Amino acid sequence: MEELTTLVMAKYNYWGVVILLGIGLYAMIAKNNLVKKIIGMNIFQTAIILFYISISTKYGASIPIIHHGHGHTIHPADYMNPLPHVLMLTAIVVSVATLGVALALAVRIYNHHDTLEEDEVLSQLTTDESTQA
Amino acid sequence: MIPIVSVKPLIAVLVSLAVIPVLISARKPNVREAWTFAAAFGKFAIVASMVPAVMAGRTLEFSITTLFAGIAFKLEVDAFGLLFALVSSFLWIVTSAYSIGYMRGLDEHSQTRYFCYFAAALSATIGVAFSANLLTMYIFYEILSLSTYPLVTHHQDREARSSGRRYLLYIMVGSIGLVLPAMVIVYLLAGTLDFAAGGLLAGSLSAVPALFLLLMFVFGFSKAAIMPVHAWLPAAMVAPTPVSALLHAVAVVKVGVFCVFRVITEIFGPGMLHDFGYGPLLCAIAAVTILVSSFIALSQDNLKRRLAFSTIGQLSYIVLGAALLTQSGMAGGMLHIAMHAFGKITLFFCAGAIVVATGVKNISEMTGIGKQMPATMGAFFIGSLSVIGLPPCGGFISKWHLAIGTIEADQLIMLAVLLLSSLLNAAYFLPVVYRAFFCTESESLFANQIKEAPGWCLAPPVLTAVASILLFFYPQPFLGLSRLAVTRILGG
Amino acid sequence: MSSQIPAFIIVVPLLAALVVNIAGWARRSLCFPTAVCALAAAWISTIIVMLRVSREGDIIYRMAGWDPPWGISWHIDHLNALILILIATVALINIVATRSTAAQEFPDRLGIFYCLYLLFVTGVMGIVITGDVFNLYVLLEIASLSGYALLGMGGSRASVSSLNYLFMGTIGASLYLFGTGYLYIATGSLNMVDIASILPTLENISLIKVSFVLCLVGLFMKMAFFPLHTWLPNAYSHAPGPSASLIAPLTTKVMLYVMIRVALTIYQPDFAFSQMALQDIVVWLAVIAIISGSILAWKQDRLKRMLAYIIVVEVGYMAGGFWLGNQTGVTGAVLHIVNDAMMTLCLFLTAGAIASRINADAFKHLQGLFRRMPFTMTAFMVAALSIIGVPPTCGFFSKWYLLSGGIEAGHYEFTAALIISSLINVLLFFRVVEISYYEPFDNHQENEQQGIQEASLDMLLPLLATAGLLIVLGFYAHSLVTWIIEPAVSSLFTGSL
Repeated sequence: MEELTTLVMAKYNYWGVVILLGIGLYAMIAKNNLVKKIIGMNIFQTAIILFYISISTKYGASIPIIHHGHGHTIHPADYMNPLPHVLMLTAIVVSVATLGVALALAVRIYNHHDTLEEDEVLSQLTTDESTQA
Repeated sequence: MIPIVSVKPLIAVLVSLAVIPVLISARKPNVREAWTFAAAFGKFAIVASMVPAVMAGRTLEFSITTLFAGIAFKLEVDAFGLLFALVSSFLWIVTSAYSIGYMRGLDEHSQTRYFCYFAAALSATIGVAFSANLLTMYIFYEILSLSTYPLVTHHQDREARSSGRRYLLYIMVGSIGLVLPAMVIVYLLAGTLDFAAGGLLAGSLSAVPALFLLLMFVFGFSKAAIMPVHAWLPAAMVAPTPVSALLHAVAVVKVGVFCVFRVITEIFGPGMLHDFGYGPLLCAIAAVTILVSSFIALSQDNLKRRLAFSTIGQLSYIVLGAALLTQSGMAGGMLHIAMHAFGKITLFFCAGAIVVATGVKNISEMTGIGKQMPATMGAFFIGSLSVIGLPPCGGFISKWHLAIGTIEADQLIMLAVLLLSSLLNAAYFLPVVYRAFFCTESESLFANQIKEAPGWCLAPPVLTAVASILLFFYPQPFLGLSRLAVTRILGG
Repeated sequence: MSSQIPAFIIVVPLLAALVVNIAGWARRSLCFPTAVCALAAAWISTIIVMLRVSREGDIIYRMAGWDPPWGISWHIDHLNALILILIATVALINIVATRSTAAQEFPDRLGIFYCLYLLFVTGVMGIVITGDVFNLYVLLEIASLSGYALLGMGGSRASVSSLNYLFMGTIGASLYLFGTGYLYIATGSLNMVDIASILPTLENISLIKVSFVLCLVGLFMKMAFFPLHTWLPNAYSHAPGPSASLIAPLTTKVMLYVMIRVALTIYQPDFAFSQMALQDIVVWLAVIAIISGSILAWKQDRLKRMLAYIIVVEVGYMAGGFWLGNQTGVTGAVLHIVNDAMMTLCLFLTAGAIASRINADAFKHLQGLFRRMPFTMTAFMVAALSIIGVPPTCGFFSKWYLLSGGIEAGHYEFTAALIISSLINVLLFFRVVEISYYEPFDNHQENEQQGIQEASLDMLLPLLATAGLLIVLGFYAHSLVTWIIEPAVSSLFTGSL
């Protein structure tokens, strides 16, 4: 039990990421409403963003801004790793863009079908197909 | 001897392909037909021009490009290939003449398409004849399958469609499903696919894998119509008769047995097959086909179907010749390619002439037709003599060699098979001739109102019938070529 | 200047996308010429890059001159250069062939269409050219997003299918990013070559294994490898013609390239093939992909859906061929990437040409096509023969390598699956041939008098050029393998970069 608690608490960031991934995936698969699916997708992507951020911290480190000018030696252990943050800025942009495209497609679907529920959309499509064929 | 490097083999293959654009653009049918003849004569001329060199013991070769490491897209003219090419290219000339009479006589549609695909099919046939290695032969084999499909299904009706399906299925499943993996395995074993006198795989295989590979090749080349992969041939009789005549008596089916012959003699080699004892096995496979097809032929009323089953049997004579693994046996098989071609094409031409003149397709309706179409039925008689193997027709020479071969190979049971099947051949051919000529006035179904077939349909069978007789007296250059080929296989 | 040519490959289409979008507002007739010029410039750059790589060896291009591992560097070897030429060629042929169709289908959104087109091309070129794992994710998403938009530009069915593709594709890309995160944790670097040199020295193998599996699963989702392929048939068959014929030949092949790159350059063959012990599983999945894809293709009654399932089968060939683990198999997979892109392009262009004359796609509407559209159907036959694997078309040659690779590696099930699927392909394509050749069954003599109603010339010429390329690629397959693919594969296997 001790070991299990240590295991969970020592790596709580990873567990958080896994839980969020699970929530996101659940939403994408099990939910019927398209917007909820899109939110689930966003949660999925955010989980990974949090993963990267969480690995950039160090014990006793401060934010990665140097405010005392040149000439002093810099100890990397004093500063958090800025690279994952920078990478994740890009990833957030990607996530937002994906969100935009997904919402645009959802709007199109809504304009056509007057509903955002996936099962209704699919049933409308199959009736279309059978009247067409 | 060093091979002569010459572009002639390539030209021989390409002559008919080059003519296709001209055929498509020709405004008048006569111009189109003239160009077909030009291509046919050209092809024959080039092929014939290579005879002196090959008879002197040399080979001609031309390499086009490399396909894989150790395999080139290469043409090589040796005695066996030249024999086959001579037969095919000569008979194309005759068939083109016949096609004119037949297609115009029946007012067939899409004649330009017909002549174009015919030209392509002949290119592929010569390509197979002149292939220097297994992959080149496979490439031309596939091109042949694809270019003959539109010819078989020319009528584009439901029957053509289902026959076309059967045709394609048997042939493609054989080539893609059996030959292709077998070829890859041979390549992995030997590093190359070149035909080698004495067998490419000699010494690199043990008995059981060799048997599997051998059977994959024998049944994979389904154009050889060895039972049980023969069923496409009767189905292909829905094609117009010139197609059946040239392709399914000469080009396509002979390509099949040619490939099987090459594989037996130059991939596996007589030595290896003899050591493993597979000769008798192959003989048995051939014998089954010969006998069963002859029996089925007896029961067919449709003339073309009877001829189809006869062809199936005759093809296995060639396979039998190869399987005997002896000098006379192999020579007999090779000669039979030529002799059977001339005999069978005569028979098919006659069948088609009867259709053009009277519309009759079944033997039971042909009573008394000999009185009205004496030349046609006369040619039919000679053709059947050749196929049965009686003198004074060429077929006798090839069957004689085969018989000697069975004695050389100590397989007297095969001699019995040969004799029995000749009797059966007689049993299904001679009654047709008898009924056509010898019947009373009241039995005859043709009371003086039809005349002979049109000239273009009549001259070719008469010509090939005469050729069959001539071949008995002057079997050169076929006999010489077959002897050279066998020497190379056994001695080299 | 000439040392900046690798950058042109990405930058020119990217800037042109912006220009085209503006042109779409201002003067619509400028869209197409601008796009074509940009793609032509990119194409020429890819040829120059290939020539340079053949002569001088790998090109390493540092963005803005910053050294890796801090800067992003692009690493071009024979493999990249080949795929770059392939992408540029496909994009160029496609844009010319679909000019009139695009003008018809998106009359008011032409600028946007070409803008997305160029962004997609930028994205896939970038994926191929980059040497940085995170840069690859970014470009992957650029390509994917423009892809989703392009595929969703049709009717409502296209939007639904595209949204579904978006969901699955995003999961895939995110998993790839996740795996990359683990790689970063382990090595501290994002540059492929750098990571490759650090990985063998590490001790925490389970971390590396997990990262590999995550990346691989992500890539499998993007390349539609069974069982993660379910987005593909809908997305490609409901998409508008001009989009489908761009995206179908390229996306899955580029993802296969990424898998090859990740497995061989980053993780190295020894780790990827031996230590991971994934080979058998993946090859068996490939076998199932091939067989089930072929059976599902048979059950379709519409042309484009059948073609979409054939793509699933082809992905099975390439993924299975790669995971055989020997040089022959990888050579076959790379050659098949090239061949399959061209074959798929030819088939989708044919479908587009048929759609331009006949407004329906179901097989029963294809009657009599051989007579009405002989040139289109000739191209279709050539592509069909290539997919079946009949020489001398290119498909035969890559199949040969895959077959030999399977036998060499002892994976006879893969070889058998290849043969069976070739035979099923015969059935699939000859079914179409039968309907278009024989039917209608009424008098063929009369039908001959009716004229030919071929597709327009600007669609027909690129189509015939593509079909011709299939045969040329067949005859030159050996040269391609000897001069380009074999050096690439052997250097990937020996690890020398």
